[in-house]
Amino acid sequence: MIEQGFKGSKKFKLWLLFLAGIILTAVATYRYQLSEGLTITGMSRDISWGFYVANFTFFVGVAASAVMLVIPYYLHHYEKFGPVIVLGEWLAVAAVIMSGLFIMADMGQPQRFLNILLHPTPGSMLFWDMLVLTGYLLLNLIIAWKTTGIIQSKAPAPQWLRNLTYLSIPWAIAIHTVTAFLYSGLPGRHLWLTAIMAPRFLASAFASGPALLILLFKLQEATNNYKFDPKVYNTLGKIVLYGMIVNIFFYLMEFFTAFYSNIPSHKETLTYLFFGLEGHHKMVPWAWASALLGVSGIAVLGFSIARTMQKGLVFSALLIFFATYIDKGLILVIGGFIPSPMGTITEYSITLPEFIITAGIWAIGLLIISVAFQMTLNLKKESERP
Amino acid sequence: MKNNKLIEEKKVKAEMFSESDILEKKVSRKEFIKLGAIGTILATAGSRVFSLHADEKQQLSSQNSVRWGMAIDPKKCKEGCTDCITSCHEAHNVPDHHDKKNEVKWIWKENQQTLFPEKVSPYKKNENNLPYITLCNHCDTPSCVRVCPTQATWKRSEDGIVMMDYHRCIGCRFCMAACPYGSRSFNYKNPRSGLDKINSSYPTRTIGVVEKCNFCAERIADNKEPLCVINCKEKAIVFGNLNDPESEIRQLLEKYPSERRKVELGTGPAVFYLS
Repeated sequence: MIEQGFKGSKKFKLWLLFLAGIILTAVATYRYQLSEGLTITGMSRDISWGFYVANFTFFVGVAASAVMLVIPYYLHHYEKFGPVIVLGEWLAVAAVIMSGLFIMADMGQPQRFLNILLHPTPGSMLFWDMLVLTGYLLLNLIIAWKTTGIIQSKAPAPQWLRNLTYLSIPWAIAIHTVTAFLYSGLPGRHLWLTAIMAPRFLASAFASGPALLILLFKLQEATNNYKFDPKVYNTLGKIVLYGMIVNIFFYLMEFFTAFYSNIPSHKETLTYLFFGLEGHHKMVPWAWASALLGVSGIAVLGFSIARTMQKGLVFSALLIFFATYIDKGLILVIGGFIPSPMGTITEYSITLPEFIITAGIWAIGLLIISVAFQMTLNLKKESERP
Repeated sequence: MKNNKLIEEKKVKAEMFSESDILEKKVSRKEFIKLGAIGTILATAGSRVFSLHADEKQQLSSQNSVRWGMAIDPKKCKEGCTDCITSCHEAHNVPDHHDKKNEVKWIWKENQQTLFPEKVSPYKKNENNLPYITLCNHCDTPSCVRVCPTQATWKRSEDGIVMMDYHRCIGCRFCMAACPYGSRSFNYKNPRSGLDKINSSYPTRTIGVVEKCNFCAERIADNKEPLCVINCKEKAIVFGNLNDPESEIRQLLEKYPSERRKVELGTGPAVFYLS
């Protein structure tokens, strides 16, 4: 079955080769990081988590968003999603693997990571996060593999497969909730210490994941000669629209509480992010870029859905994907460390090695998605041949 | 009469939940034990995640055990003097990489207004800038310990010191995000590259682990006071057993007003500042 994933045009093979090139460069850079230490990143004593952890958080969200295909199909019998569900599950597999790799890249002593299982600590949210993420990976791997396997025979999904899929729904909610708990339970980090952290995470995930799916489907159509039902795009677009509106609504709630209560510690980080604080404004352009991309994304998306304009829909998916990526993949994690517990402001910038290693993990994710999508669509094309 | 009826009702209820009854309802013994085991696991996990037994007063007043603590008198601290810092950092092989990004420190000086921002009055002259010594607070309910996924940092039950196992730490830096005092440092660089000379009687760390003040646990084991305490010529730091009402530190804290950093966070710091 897996050989179907490598069957494709010359362009497809060149693409895989290109990804492999990036991965190899990243592996070499990672070896450099292993010998020199995390000093080669932009992280510091004050900003002790950076781009790696931010990417980890973002991709846990993408992984969780597979339920946005599963729920409509399995719980509401929305048949149009039937043929594409497996692609969402493959995306979840790739995204969980990326999350795990980002955590490995971030660890000071990665060779000791099994200590988490050797000394299980139920009080640590990271321990639970490792458990639920590993479980979610296995769950989606089994579901996606089996679903892909029965494409050709056109056999109906066995009951155990359906049951596993039902199980994956609360599990997906769990992975992103536990990931939010990594942040929202820490005393003295005021940007994170908010009860709507988990709901915010889920809302932004349910916008960013389906937005990424729209983009990936469009890419498949452009390169792979496979047509998706236009209704699939429209429904995905509606999910993105609701997710993003709720996400921005939650964000505004944070602003209200911080600024209306006027409590300095609650206002400080938001002020730093959007207006700058004590002469430091490195994050301001990013914060506004994220906000503007998000709001304009909603406008374009709403308009495109109403007029069933697919080009506008794909464009707005791009806007919203980047809006959520900047928000969760940069601002949220780094902002939490500003100001420091001593009230000082240390700023953060990504270094080149850090960027290369991050790009490498992205390339691994894209490689998994490319091969898995290619395999699934090749099998589908074969089974549809008369 | 009424009482009797109540007792009877209670009896009936108790019987409803007795083991034999459950067995009759076709819950096998095996399942019953299983349910019990699951319940126990959940309860243990629950009490660990949420500090259910974090009654600070109870902990402070328990007489049988030792609880090490520190009282610092900032008014005695001499400006420009770094004796406590250098003696600690030299003995514990704390590296100096000469840049803020990779900085490692166990004990250092901050301004009063940095440690106690709520104390700042716009009308008080000068005194807001008094140098204050700061170090790990060895909290009663340390959030760094709560978040550590490997128990590489833990609170010693016999004396309350928050310890580090540098060989178990995986370098995830969750404890650094959780510490509201900024007391923890990470070895972004090989620590030996930041040491001019190595004290061979204390281990150096490896790259990629977190470190912090250990209240000189290695000296306490030999019945000696921490280095910062004995090296302060001004006697600005007092160390002792908070559980012993006769100890010098308890006498001081009973006599003079004192404050601790960010008590509103529920961490219960064991480092006191005499005010």
